[in-house]
Amino acid sequence: MKWVGQIRGLSVSLTIAVAMATPLAAAETGDVERGAQLWSQCSGCHRIGPDAKNAIGPHLNGVFGRKAASIEGFPYSRSLTRAGRDGLVWTFETLDAYIENPRVFASGTRMSYPGMKDAQDRQDLLAFLRQYSDKPRDIPEAEPTARPDNPDLSPEILALKGDPEYGEYLAAECKTCHRADGSDQGIPSITRWPEEDFVLAMHAYKQKLRPHPVMQMIASRLGDEEIAGLAAYFATLEE
Amino acid sequence: MRLNRRLFLGSAAATGAMIAAPAVLGQARPRLVVIGGGAGGATCARYVAKDSDGAIDVTLIEPSEVYYTCFFSNLYLGGFRTFESLAHRYDKLANDYGIRLIRDMAAGVDREARVVTLAGGETVEYDRLVIAPGIDFREGSVPGWDLSKADIMPHAYKAGPQTQLLKSQVESMREGGLFCMIAPPNPYRCPPGPYERVSMVAHLLKEKNPSAKILIVDPKPKFSKQALFEEGWQKHYPGMIDRIGPDFGGDKVEVRPETMEVVIDGDVQKVDVCNVIPAQKAGAIATAAGVTDDSGWAPVDPHSMASRVDSNIYVLGDSSAQGDMPKSGFAANSQAKVAAMDIRSQLIGSKRFPARYSNTCWSLIDTDDGIKVGASYEATDEKIASVSSFISQTGEPADLRKATYEESLGWYAGITADIFG
Repeated sequence: MKWVGQIRGLSVSLTIAVAMATPLAAAETGDVERGAQLWSQCSGCHRIGPDAKNAIGPHLNGVFGRKAASIEGFPYSRSLTRAGRDGLVWTFETLDAYIENPRVFASGTRMSYPGMKDAQDRQDLLAFLRQYSDKPRDIPEAEPTARPDNPDLSPEILALKGDPEYGEYLAAECKTCHRADGSDQGIPSITRWPEEDFVLAMHAYKQKLRPHPVMQMIASRLGDEEIAGLAAYFATLEE
Repeated sequence: MRLNRRLFLGSAAATGAMIAAPAVLGQARPRLVVIGGGAGGATCARYVAKDSDGAIDVTLIEPSEVYYTCFFSNLYLGGFRTFESLAHRYDKLANDYGIRLIRDMAAGVDREARVVTLAGGETVEYDRLVIAPGIDFREGSVPGWDLSKADIMPHAYKAGPQTQLLKSQVESMREGGLFCMIAPPNPYRCPPGPYERVSMVAHLLKEKNPSAKILIVDPKPKFSKQALFEEGWQKHYPGMIDRIGPDFGGDKVEVRPETMEVVIDGDVQKVDVCNVIPAQKAGAIATAAGVTDDSGWAPVDPHSMASRVDSNIYVLGDSSAQGDMPKSGFAANSQAKVAAMDIRSQLIGSKRFPARYSNTCWSLIDTDDGIKVGASYEATDEKIASVSSFISQTGEPADLRKATYEESLGWYAGITADIFG
């Protein structure tokens, strides 16, 4: 199995074994506050904290000790589903390897993240994540997922039910760059995003809250119904 | 046009029913024939086949077994890509989408009888025809040069053996030698292409032959992404690249391949490698079909990409005269989707949506120094008109330029999958 070969060296494993022995020891392996800052690289897609729900990525409460691809209803890639079925469990070691280079670890993952190269950064991030894997009453109250680039949208726009067939026509423009199968190299995957996240992201480009010039240009020409149609289409696109 | 949702849903349901119904015995499927398996033609063939679920008989006429993309071929020259990474085959179009492949050259079109004649003499009948042959060169545009001289002074502007020849010439150039590019006049395929090529040749020379020089002889007063390229050349290749524009005779050039000389406004310059990119026109079959005008390009209806001369024929990509879109693989791919939708609506009555077009062109100046220019377009009755655009800025930070380059790699993977399946 591919991911077994990716597990870090013995010395790290020993540190972690000690860390796992006591619930509060996670902080000893990394700096939680630095990890909270690094979390901003993840919070575009993942939610964590009280009431966190699945978004573009699965929520990460309780990820430590969880079998890979095991949250009911989340549309995982075939690659991660297979790894979970083969017995991959998220631990310090496996998460560390995954975050370091997601596509080396699971080649077909739709997680559009190039990897965190610095070992200390990963330790800090994992220390932060670890806090949300304790018993529910121990989960910190603060919601660290507030995002500055979320546009204000009226409930009517968010409630628009997109037409996937119209979206499919419009999506031809997207597929010149974004791979329909969800694989990505330099251009992120947009396949199987929840509709609301898709709508928020496109309006954020349209309102120029997100910076990318190509996406600002594309979004500037899309009306509310068209964005809803695209969201509906990509949300159901088969891998 | 504002889409009426109820109307749309009704028509979509009707289309579904029609596809589900068994074909009426004896009634042949409507036939789409596509000439040219590049970014325009192959995309159009694939989208029509994919979205009509077998209701349209699609044939693709393409002489080559392997297609080498012209886009990214400069990166091969610079050593950033292998030649094989530019190669694409047609097996998926045939096997996964049921497209019939004819490996031959289209020689003529009888528009009255709706028949394409192949170089091999056979004929292919069509109900709708797509002509997407890319570019051909204008004879006599660079005095002293014609296609028979391309093995001495390569054009390398149709990717393939010419690209390999140019690379090997640059690699074996004498120490301190002179690489000369004769740049083309507007309009031509891939506006930033010649200048990205200069960047890639400079990258190669900086590593292997740092005292070599590059001379661009250019008939145009200005060129695509000029400020960005000139900033990058100054930064990465200081003192290596010179350009002679029309103010110093760049538009009065003649070449002498036998003696490897370039004559610029009467001054003879000895060169070691000479890349002649001549003036361009629509691919020969577009002219043979009678859909081009005096400009040498084929005028099209901006709403559908259908020829202004014959509404049963669509002209895509470089060969078309459509307005503001550049001649690029991205543009051809974008136009192909509009044409595919129009063709399906004409042949099997599927829903027609308003045309949408967009384009982005990435260029690489040096390692991890990528730039881009792009625009989106709408169809007016007169032309495809640019509605908004953007361009990379001078002085951008290195990490943004690196991200732009990485984005271009993602685009290449995306568009080639979109073209060839």
